[in-house]
Parts: sequence; C-alpha cells; structure tokens
Amino acid sequence: MEETQTLINPQSAARPLPAGTRSEADILESSVERVHQRRKRIQQVLFMFFRTAAIINGVGLFAVVFFIAGRGWKAITWEFLTQAPTDSMTKGGILPCIVGTLCLGIGAIVVALPIGVASAVYLNEYARPGRVLRLIRLGISNLAGVPSVVFGLFGLAFFVIWMGMGECILAGVLTLGALTLPVIIGSTEEALKSVPDTYREASLALGASKWQTIYQVVLPAALPGILTGAILGLSRAAGETAPIMFTAAVFYTPSLPTSLFSKIMALPYHIYVLATAGTNIEATRPLQYGTSLVLIVLVLGMNLVAIVWRARLRKKLK
Amino acid sequence: MTNARQRTDQSVRIIFFSVALASIAILAMIMIFLFMEGLPIFKKVTFFDFVFGKFWYPTSDPPDFGIFPLIVASIAVTLVSAVISVPLGVMTAIYLAELAHNRVAEIMKPVVELLAALPSVVIGFFGMVVAAPFLQRTFGIPTGLNLFNAALMLSFMSVPTICSLSEDAIYSVPVALKEGSLALGATHWETLIRVILPASISGISTAIILGMSRAIGETMVVLMVAGGAAMIPSSLMDPVRPMPASIAAEMAEASFRGDHYHALFATGIVLFFFTLLFNIIADQIAHKYRQTGEASL
Repeated sequence: MEETQTLINPQSAARPLPAGTRSEADILESSVERVHQRRKRIQQVLFMFFRTAAIINGVGLFAVVFFIAGRGWKAITWEFLTQAPTDSMTKGGILPCIVGTLCLGIGAIVVALPIGVASAVYLNEYARPGRVLRLIRLGISNLAGVPSVVFGLFGLAFFVIWMGMGECILAGVLTLGALTLPVIIGSTEEALKSVPDTYREASLALGASKWQTIYQVVLPAALPGILTGAILGLSRAAGETAPIMFTAAVFYTPSLPTSLFSKIMALPYHIYVLATAGTNIEATRPLQYGTSLVLIVLVLGMNLVAIVWRARLRKKLK
Repeated sequence: MTNARQRTDQSVRIIFFSVALASIAILAMIMIFLFMEGLPIFKKVTFFDFVFGKFWYPTSDPPDFGIFPLIVASIAVTLVSAVISVPLGVMTAIYLAELAHNRVAEIMKPVVELLAALPSVVIGFFGMVVAAPFLQRTFGIPTGLNLFNAALMLSFMSVPTICSLSEDAIYSVPVALKEGSLALGATHWETLIRVILPASISGISTAIILGMSRAIGETMVVLMVAGGAAMIPSSLMDPVRPMPASIAAEMAEASFRGDHYHALFATGIVLFFFTLLFNIIADQIAHKYRQTGEASL
C-alpha cells in the first residue's frame, strides 16, 4: 500500500490554492487525485471483505471449541476418565474409549512411520525426475484423497475378511496406518528438504557413502521435523471414525484390550454411537459433550504441540 | 572394501525404492478389494440400473438397488458446500498471503490448521446439537438435519484445505510481477485481482478441486447431519443421504456377502472413482499449467 501512496505528489494536497486561479495542471492533478482516492476507497472496502472471511474461520473454530468445552467440562470428573461405561452406556466413564483411541493412534504411527519415512527418503534423496517419480507421487496424492469410508471398506474386505483377522485392534491399526501414510510422507519430505545440501556435501566429501550420509547426517538433522509429522499423523488417526467402524470399534466392551486381536471402544465411535443410536440420546447428552471434549483436547493438544515445535524449528533454521 | 560399500549402497537404494512403491501398492489393493466385493452385485442389477436407478430400498422385498439419489445427494452437498467454502477459503488465503501483518498471520495460520485438525465426528456432533436446532427454528422447517446443514458443516472440513493450498499458490507468485504492477501505478487491489490471482489461478483451482474432493468423501458429517432420506432433493432444506453416509450406516446391518453388502461396496467403487477423478484433474492442472518464473508448485 505504501508504494501506491507515493505516486501522488504529497505536496499537491497541502499547497494553498487562491480562489479562481487554478491552473490547468492543478485541475488535472486534483482530478487524478480524486480518482486515486476513489480507487483507494474501493480497495479498503474490498479488503474488509477479505479480513471478514479470515475472521469467520477463527469464529468457526472458537464456536465449536467453546461450545463443546462449555457443555463438556461439567461431565469431566475423575470417575468419567477412569471408569468403564455402566447401565448400558448411560452412566459411568469412558476409560476403555481413551485407551482404545490411544492404542489405535499409536499403532497406526508404528505402522506408517517406517514406511512413510523410507518412502520420503527415496523421493527426496534417491529419486530422479521422470515417469517413475511422477507415478509414485500420483499414487501418494491419490491415496491421500481416498475417502475415509473407503479405507473402512478396504480394511473390512482385506484385513477383517480376507486375512481372517476379524474385527480387532490389528485390523484397525493397519487400516489407519494406510490412511496416515500420505501425511507422514508429506511431513517427512518437508523435513528432509529443510536439511541444507551443505550437510550432505560435507559428509560425502569426507568419504562417507550415500547410505552413511543419509543414516548419520541427514536423518538425525531431520528427526525433529519427522517427529512433528508423526504427532500430526497420530492426531489424524485418533480422530478418524469411518475407517474403524467396520474394522476395530464396537459399541461396548467392558474390558480393556488384552491383545492385538481384542475388539475395542474408541472415542470418535463412542460419540457417534451415543449421539445417534444410544438407548436414550437426550439423557446421555452430558456424556456426549464430555467425550467430545476429551477427543478435542487430545487431538487439538497434539496439533498445538506439533505447531509450536515446528515454529521453533523453523526459527532455529533461520 | 569399496565394492562392499557400493553393494550396500545399491541394496539400500533398492530397499527404499520398493518401500516407496507401498503407496501405489495400497492404492491398487484398495481398488482390487473394492472390485472383488462390489462387482457381484452386477449379476443382480445392470450397471445402468445401479447408477441411474431412482430407488434405494436395499432391505425391502424385492430390494431396489438404485444409487442415483445417493449420487445426486453427494454432488448436491458438495456443490452447496463449495459455494460456501470456495470464497471463504480463497479469500482467507489471499488475506493471509497478501494483506495480513506478519503477527496476525502468525496467529491465523495455526487457527486454520487447527480447524483442519478438528475430528469430523465432532463437527458432525456440533451440526446435530447446534446447527440443526438453529436452522429448524430460524426457517420453521420440520428437521434441521438436511442438505444445507450438511453442506455448512462440510465447509468446516474443506475451507482449511482450500485455504492452505491457495496460500501456497499465492506465495509462489514471483515478487517481480507484483512489484512491476505496483510500479505502473496500479493499487494493491488492482495488482491482486489482475496480476497475482491470474498468476496463481492454476494453484488455486487445484486447491478448490482437492477441497471438493475432501467434501464428497467426508463421511461422519453427512452421516450425522444430512438427514438420511434416500430421495432426490428438491430444495436446500430437504434431508438427503449421500453415498458415504449410506455405506457407513448400512454396512453393519447388511448380511455378510449378501446383495446389500455387495451393493454397498459397489457404491464405494463409485465414490472412489469420483475422488480419483477429482485428484487426477487437480494433478493435471498442476502439471499442465505449472506456474512459471520463480514460482514452483
């Protein structure tokens, strides 16, 4: 904006004009200024719309968070967080759901992190531009676009039925792992790109092989960025509902999971069941708000940690 | 010694390459298993009757497997949500990339990211307990769980996608273009609308398509707030049943490898190809109309 202001001679407005003695140049100048003023006013009005659009986003987020928090905090008690549901899920706590969601989220990362990091290392360190690279990238971007319910169908058909796992943690973890893979690949690539080439060159110049360079120089330097991506992937997996509906989650199981082949309860699925299919939807509203609050705190908390951590990393690199 | 090292390097390279193929392999497996479980339905109904059949009564006797109302519902919900989320997302992106002070942008960007991180089930729940009663009261309609509500809630999901991808596109417009326009006497607004936007339009289109792809595939929101009636909607306030909602709601009750089960997988195939189409179009735009100059998307 500053640039445009200097286009008009700043003295022209201040110069006193004796009445009736305006030269042609003055008239021209003042009309130019009028046009310019109008253009600036239009700009101001239009920019206000843009600002409003940005504000609406903030309002949207805070509306959801404050509403859920305002209604949910009353439900949060020690018992709520540490007990199993009772009385056909109309009372009691959500401990099995919290444990289940943590199992699924961590399991998904355990599956997706090694594969995702290795893929990203290949894409960023080894691959040369060409058809193969284009195809792999197309595969990743399409995998990222697959609807979550289709992942659910895939998990049901492949892990649950074809491999005979039945509905269990393992099937859910593998399905969620496939879903978080593109997230991990994307963030790992970003982390690898931020490692300066001079690191690689210095290592190679010292006689290290390519693999030694990657393993001992590039990966350690990129590690914080990779872990940030892992947290984001974990939060994504923890919040998903559709992929675990057919593969791992059940309405109700009183016991905590004992093996990879147990069925489990999960926070997102618990919210869905209570809100749409519970025995008494209105009576369990407090439980629904409470469960939503726990899920939001879990997911947004992990995201906040990742965002703050990443901001620090970027500052360090600068 | 050197040979051993070269051999290690070579084998490591091959290992990484094979792991990198995992994404394609998973994508292929998804397709194979969808087809394996979905195609048997076409022994009962023709492909044409399945896609263009107007009645979806999978549990009546004899059952009707026509997913046309579900397809129309999915497209309608996606388009209406695009009407809301495209201006909102693109304008926010422009604001963040061009207008906002650094400090404001530093706060707003995490807000958009957190919006993207909200679990879909929570947005669906919010739509059920807040937006639905509000719409019902305001418009005096029988149910607040309808097409409009679903589109509104879907915008929550697609705005962050559209916003962050558009922002990247705007950032990668060469500064020289912008400065040239300002030096010629254009105002900031004129520069924005005549120089920056045209220069980043391919990136913004990609962002919009990917946002819509996210909306059409989103499950929990439409499952919880769209209303669930498998009819072709005649107004914004009609309850609808988009494809993902139908799959998620009915899979539990469909008998194993019965007709209904196969029909739901076939619906999954249709849905999968919709998103695949969106993604391939987005990829083509990004490649064909790649931004020139210093820009690299």
